[in-house]
Amino acid sequence: MVDFQEKTVVSFDNIAMKKRKFIVEYLILTTGAIFMLAPFLWMVLTSFKGPGNIFRIPPQWIPRPIHWENYVKVWSALRVDANFLGIHITQGFLMAFINSVFVSVTVTFGQVLTSAMGAFAFSRLKFKLRDKLFLSYLLTLMIPFQVTMIPTFVLLKYLGWVDTYQGLIVPGLVSAYGTFFLRQFFISIPRDLEDAATIDGCNKLGIFRHVILPLAKPAIATLSIFTFLSVWNDFLWPLVVINSPEKMTLPLMLNSLRGLHSTDWTILMPASVIVVVPVILVYIFNQKFITEGISLTGLKG
Amino acid sequence: MRIKILKGDAGWAIFFLGPNILGFLVFMLIPLIASFLISLTNWDLLGPPIFVGLKNFINLLRDPLFWKYLGNTLFYMLAIPFQMGLGLFLALLMNKPLKLRTFYRTTYFLPVVTTTVAIALLWQWIYDPEFGILNYLLSLIGIKGPAWLASPAWAKPAIMIMGVWKGVGYDMLIYLAGLQEIPAQLYEAAEIDGAGAWRKFLNITFPLLMPVHFFLLIMHVIWGFQIFDAVYIMTNGGPAGSTTPIMMYIYNNAFRWGKMGYASAIAWILTLIIFLVTLVQWWISKKKLSYLSTT
Repeated sequence: MVDFQEKTVVSFDNIAMKKRKFIVEYLILTTGAIFMLAPFLWMVLTSFKGPGNIFRIPPQWIPRPIHWENYVKVWSALRVDANFLGIHITQGFLMAFINSVFVSVTVTFGQVLTSAMGAFAFSRLKFKLRDKLFLSYLLTLMIPFQVTMIPTFVLLKYLGWVDTYQGLIVPGLVSAYGTFFLRQFFISIPRDLEDAATIDGCNKLGIFRHVILPLAKPAIATLSIFTFLSVWNDFLWPLVVINSPEKMTLPLMLNSLRGLHSTDWTILMPASVIVVVPVILVYIFNQKFITEGISLTGLKG
Repeated sequence: MRIKILKGDAGWAIFFLGPNILGFLVFMLIPLIASFLISLTNWDLLGPPIFVGLKNFINLLRDPLFWKYLGNTLFYMLAIPFQMGLGLFLALLMNKPLKLRTFYRTTYFLPVVTTTVAIALLWQWIYDPEFGILNYLLSLIGIKGPAWLASPAWAKPAIMIMGVWKGVGYDMLIYLAGLQEIPAQLYEAAEIDGAGAWRKFLNITFPLLMPVHFFLLIMHVIWGFQIFDAVYIMTNGGPAGSTTPIMMYIYNNAFRWGKMGYASAIAWILTLIIFLVTLVQWWISKKKLSYLSTT
């Protein structure tokens, strides 16, 4: 994306005004930043409190004593009887964590692969109906999820996929968004490289793997992060598809912990922290990809 | 040679597009048609569907709950101008060579990417009328806070405040990208004409951001019709249906009450509304934008 341009900025104000104004800006932005971060801080602080201190008014700011064991307790918050790849797991929250990682990684890998393949076809191959097909693809971006949700559920019911991993994963393996996103990037890759590879005896699959994919790494990284975050955070589709605790993803597990014993906040807050921390880590370490990708396309994480 | 490549491409196209076409048919096109067909039936998924024609749509128009929940959904959208205004304000402050710029951008955007369910739980705790931190802080300055999520009057605003907090970073980021597209010469020219900061904003920045305003508005309206997660967690639509958004009515009809046909009919009406809104906004923006590009 466009890098920050010094030129644009200097023209805003003359130099004399600059110093005074920037103090105001720092003041407002820092105050705002505190408001943005305070709820997260409160979540972390609360997660270390014991049942006695959590309901104190005036509230106890710094947890004392620090209840580290909340973070041990939480993993077995709900008892399940699950079998994942032959390993017997009884700790419900742990199982949900594994499910979330498994589903998010699988969907991300599948969706990015099919999107890249589709984007390659739409940007690099010549065939009949290509542009008409692409246009109809674009139109599906307008169709809101609520329309396809019910028939897709009915389909899963007939396939026997309700309450299964397939039901969670397969509908997410193809994405018009992803295809469109990567195509925009692929068409900007110069054709010369491709021609050179063709002369060297590369077929289309070879060009896809050895020319396009390596050059498109930043775009692929961006799409992977978006997809991972949206699957990790997704609530409605898992809520529709999954019933049994051993198949739940983390947002679903959070939801069912809530009702369980009249909302035990000493479990819920550490659980929320554990759900949010991977998201924050992925975000912080890929900050550049995310903000640039969103500025570019308006996609939401 | 050329002909050979063309022939070869068709085969490759099938290979590369295969998964996409399959997914497109099975999870988009067929469900879209099926959704309309289901909306013409009464179907609880246990027995066979019973064809009822347009009865679901007629009932829908007479259903006071539908209108109430549509009203709730529109009420939530009243937060959109506030969120956009705040996002623009932040972007304007940040569009300067500040040292902490990356830190600010990261911080304001953080809630956008975090899991809505976890955020909603956290805010439910913050809003707790008895033990919540918010009412405690309000009591320090002598205000007796409302019951927030438990109060029919305050539950919607409470959800909206959380929504603005969670979403404002997105508006900020999009505006920031928009601001950087505005050529610096325009400001220089305006300064020569003696324009102050406010004049420059009113005559250059705001109108030139028109495509961004429209983009954000369209996206917010589309997302606004799909509000679900936060409400499901925080109030589950209560108290007394005062926070139920239309999406939750679809969900409840389909998956709680086994009224697949009725739920599909609502979904179709909603899609139609979204489509019309998008069309109108697109039409207006085209008019405005062509006016802008000629100047």
